[in-house]
Amino acid sequence: MSIDQFIDNEVKSNDVVLFMKGTPQFPMCGFSGQVVQILDHLGVTYKGLNVLESDDLRNGIKTYSNWPTIPQLYVKGEFVGGCDIVREMFQAGELQTFLKDKGVAAKAEA
Amino acid sequence: MPMDAGEIERLIKASIPDAQVTIRDLAGDGDHYAATVISEAFRGKSRVQQHQIVYEALRAEMGGKLHALALQTGIPER
Repeated sequence: MSIDQFIDNEVKSNDVVLFMKGTPQFPMCGFSGQVVQILDHLGVTYKGLNVLESDDLRNGIKTYSNWPTIPQLYVKGEFVGGCDIVREMFQAGELQTFLKDKGVAAKAEA
Repeated sequence: MPMDAGEIERLIKASIPDAQVTIRDLAGDGDHYAATVISEAFRGKSRVQQHQIVYEALRAEMGGKLHALALQTGIPER
């Protein structure tokens, strides 16, 4: 399976996927850590994929999304954005609405 | 390799001529910047698409000379 197929399979078979540096338990980068905090705060169940474990994955996800930086958040196969966009959406309350519209369980209050 | 804030602004404006660009050097190390980019080019586009336009302008430098760029985009008020 190519890295492209691997990524495609991950984002389509999991409701919420976070491509990040480190793991949800131990983020290795402040930007990845911020998205972890937001998802945890909202009580969202998600799969974290550590790009530091694989250069193929690290480079592959940048090509797959046409996005140069990590972290990257996918919901139901759709690319939501990186740290800046996720934070901006969370602060505006849009992320909560977005997750609800997508049918992903999250706490109601921010 | 640090990158000058003026260089970032120049690259963005080369691709997006009407852009209003504000850049802050977050850590004072020429390596971690926050940029706000306002342009008509973003109207009707999603946030992901807006950021992709800016990344495209900085393509050669992102992840290389430019380590971290916190990005916020918007459209001008009419």
